[in-house]
Amino acid sequence: MLKIENIYKTFNAGTVNEKTALNGVSLHLNEGDFVTVIGGNGAGKSTLLNAVAGVWPVDEGSITIGGVDVTRLPEHKRAKYIGRVFQDPMMGTAATMQIEENLALAARRGKGRTLRSGITKAEREEYREMLKILDLGLEDRMTSKVGLLSGGQRQALTLLMASLVKPKLLLLDEHTAALDPKTAAKVLAATETIVQRDHLTTLMITHNMRDAIAHGNRLIMMYEGRVALDISGEEKKKLTVEDLLAKFGQATGSDEADDKLLLG
Amino acid sequence: MLDFLNALPGAVSQGLIWGIMAIGVYLTYKILDIADLTVDGSFCTGGAMFVVLFSQGVNIWLALLAAVGAGMLAGLVTGLLHTVCGIPAILAGILTQLGLWSVNLAIMSMKANVALNIINPDVLNRLLVSLRFVQDVGNGARPFYQHPIFVVGIFTLVIIGVLYWFFGTELGCSIRATGANQAMARAQGINTRRNQVLGLMISNGLVALSGALLSQYQGFADANMGRGAIVIGLAAVIIGEVIFAKVFHNFGLKLLAVSIGAILYYMVVQLVLSLKLMDSNYLKLLSAVVVAIFLSVPYWKGKYFSKPVKRGGVSRA
Repeated sequence: MLKIENIYKTFNAGTVNEKTALNGVSLHLNEGDFVTVIGGNGAGKSTLLNAVAGVWPVDEGSITIGGVDVTRLPEHKRAKYIGRVFQDPMMGTAATMQIEENLALAARRGKGRTLRSGITKAEREEYREMLKILDLGLEDRMTSKVGLLSGGQRQALTLLMASLVKPKLLLLDEHTAALDPKTAAKVLAATETIVQRDHLTTLMITHNMRDAIAHGNRLIMMYEGRVALDISGEEKKKLTVEDLLAKFGQATGSDEADDKLLLG
Repeated sequence: MLDFLNALPGAVSQGLIWGIMAIGVYLTYKILDIADLTVDGSFCTGGAMFVVLFSQGVNIWLALLAAVGAGMLAGLVTGLLHTVCGIPAILAGILTQLGLWSVNLAIMSMKANVALNIINPDVLNRLLVSLRFVQDVGNGARPFYQHPIFVVGIFTLVIIGVLYWFFGTELGCSIRATGANQAMARAQGINTRRNQVLGLMISNGLVALSGALLSQYQGFADANMGRGAIVIGLAAVIIGEVIFAKVFHNFGLKLLAVSIGAILYYMVVQLVLSLKLMDSNYLKLLSAVVVAIFLSVPYWKGKYFSKPVKRGGVSRA
């Protein structure tokens, strides 16, 4: 479903702030793969997701989604294939617009925006049912401005928006990191439900190693702009945090993993 | 005071005309979140275009349409400077505005102002709005529906109606999303650059229409007629917001509030002039000061008068 071939990205090339964020990353995801991504700060996790989403072009390499080469496509055109939830709850929704308007915008992802009505009556009913599934009481507040919602509510809504038009690929960039533990668990549970229900091919970055192990069928660990570890199948199921740290040490020859990964 | 009351219909008419420009400013400033300074130039572009074409015998509606088209073109230039050339929006607007100064003079055949020949009754009777009509309706020489307040009022309501419809469509919603949150808009597949250009074009089209109506109303177009237009537009937006924020939540009513804001602005200006409170030369300074104060109020409020946040709220992971 997703084919990342040997991509490179260097920021501020030629200056003192030069930073090679992606250093030859290759990654293939099969349809229905739920891959968790971990790694310390600056390992290139978010950069990888942004490269796939098309926030800026990569320096080298190619990205193919469902057989379509998107390497040169701008962000808004790639959005046809991709659902995204960001780390910052403010980023995924339009605060000054209503809940139902945000959903209606998401329902038109990948389609032409015409002079037809921005939201129809039938849609409203549909959204009401969908919001009930989230169990946050949002179905009774459909015309409230999204800016009035809590961070957790906004992330749950963004998640719903990302999956409203079934994406070929779901990108979750530490989407629970800014939430309190209880809300984070709720949003993560909602994520699991939606991913399973729609069999979404998913890349989920997390800072939490336990979450990375508990969710998905495959786990990759990034280090210095590369994929340092790639664990899937039975091995992934039996994985513990200790295993992960040991494997990381072997793979990179570094013992800084403990602090950086646990605290990072 | 009697002076003021006599001048009131004129002030309201002018306010309504400027209100159309203010609605244009509202679209960029509030919806697109861009402070677009193009308007100081495109306002005059609309006026100049209209007067020149109309004087050459072009149909009045075609002349108005051409004025709107010229304004949209100005918006297009600012939009492309911003999105394609990466120039910050404010600077892009300033550049277009500066360039328009020459363009406007060129439209007026290198003259600083061009007048409509309203001494000629044939010309006068073809106009939709004119300062003369205010008096004529007042002394019964013309029917009430030729009063500028009525005519421009209809214009305003039609414009608000069309904008209300448009910003409820898929395209209109995507423009609102572009202004609200660009990252989100792009993630939802919205071409934010195109939408910014489109929004700037619509806005400047309205500004030029307002300029065309004003030059028609006053009987001439002047190279300086748009100077400070952005500030007047912002003043109208702010006045409308301050007075009606609590009661008007519907988008259409918010646009109406802007128009009323412009009317109130011109009533205050008229009051100041009628009571001879100050030399009319100081009006621009007054406008600037008033707008500066109102723009700074929310900031100061947030900085020094914010309600204390409760401690020990939800724990953060």
